[in-house]
Amino acid sequence: MEHYLTTPLQNEDINKLQIGDKVFISGKVYTARDAVHKKLIELLEKGQVLPFQLQGAVIYYVGPALAPPGLPIGSAGPTTSYRMDPFTPTLLKAGVKAMIGKGPRSPKVISAIKNTNSVYLAAIGGAAVVVAQAVKSSKVIAYPELGPEAIYELEVENLPCYVAINSSGKNIYEQ
Amino acid sequence: MRTIDVKILTQKVAELCQNSNYYIDPQVIEKIHFFRKHETSKLAKDILDTLLENYQLAAEKKLPICQDTGLANIFVEVGSEIHFVNGDANQAIQNGVKQGYKQGYLRKSVVSDPLFLRKNTQDNTPALIYWEIVPGNKIKLTVAPKGAGSENMSQIAMLKPTDGVRCVKNFVLKTIKEAGGNPCPPIIVGIGIGGSFDKAALLSKKALLLPLQKNNKDPKFAALETQLLEDINQLGIGPQGFGGFTTALKVNILQQPCHIASLPVAVNIQCHVHRHQTVEI
Repeated sequence: MEHYLTTPLQNEDINKLQIGDKVFISGKVYTARDAVHKKLIELLEKGQVLPFQLQGAVIYYVGPALAPPGLPIGSAGPTTSYRMDPFTPTLLKAGVKAMIGKGPRSPKVISAIKNTNSVYLAAIGGAAVVVAQAVKSSKVIAYPELGPEAIYELEVENLPCYVAINSSGKNIYEQ
Repeated sequence: MRTIDVKILTQKVAELCQNSNYYIDPQVIEKIHFFRKHETSKLAKDILDTLLENYQLAAEKKLPICQDTGLANIFVEVGSEIHFVNGDANQAIQNGVKQGYKQGYLRKSVVSDPLFLRKNTQDNTPALIYWEIVPGNKIKLTVAPKGAGSENMSQIAMLKPTDGVRCVKNFVLKTIKEAGGNPCPPIIVGIGIGGSFDKAALLSKKALLLPLQKNNKDPKFAALETQLLEDINQLGIGPQGFGGFTTALKVNILQQPCHIASLPVAVNIQCHVHRHQTVEI
């Protein structure tokens, strides 16, 4: 099955997704990697304002290459997701609806995905030009000092990925 | 003696950093075409096709195949008759990395202090440089940028000498299984056997740079490469870990003598974005 979804995601978008389905995401997605995850959790714990709205948000685990002149972004494939596992349940509880990354997730993340009716999507690792073609614009909205690890707000059109763990906890890596 | 201006090193390294990130090793394309024929699932084929499309787009547009443009591993074989002039050869190579990553819009992925500050050095240095003295008056310069996704899944074991082939196989298969979909399969597996703790790791990295179409010269090690590749591709991990046959494209082993009490084995995993370019100067 193929699905065309627009962010912010709603419950009805999530419910129909089965593992292995191809999903094309359009709208705003936010990049976050290791360092940013740590910072977001600290902000949530302190009750401070976050750099972007988490409700219905799609987080993409990526540190893009630099944009050459004339392009909105450089190559931008997914990074390995397990490194974000310790932080993910908290972000899902705070409203994040989908993560895009690559590779398996921990049992705790899988149960958090079930409990919050969210989804884990996998983009193809090492297909970074194909993914970057879906990015129409990008801007750094927080932590520019982190370089490729800053938070970028990406405007994407049909960003290609696959359902890896769906809201009923089915897992493509454990078939 | 042959005199070489270190500026040549800077210039060549800068070129190789860029070209290796834009142009995939053609052997990878051949291997993917070969293994694709064995895949039965539509999903596995779809992924392999996307990888091939991505290599082509990257080359056409001169964009990095992967956004993780890696830590630059640089291997230099220097003829003993070479005399470097006009500066420090190490610094000249580091300057080449700085220039290449800047000019090529490549991602800067190096942090200074690995534990406390983790501050991005903003120019992708320091690169790792491995020097080797060889006979003659030539320089063989190889730049191999390596991403962290596959590097993080690599492992080393100090086995007992009596453990033998079975334990070596088990350790390699355990490493690949634990890596699962994380290192962006299809992967290339470099194995270093012998030497010491550190040497085995270096051998495993160098094994990645060997041709993908040839096996080890020693028939026993060649047979082990073939057997391991078959076993790995029976694990069912498949492209991106979504299931399938194509988990590894090639297994390469480099072996070397070791202590009577040791059997070091290192497994270095390389994602499908197998980047390396070599020039002779």
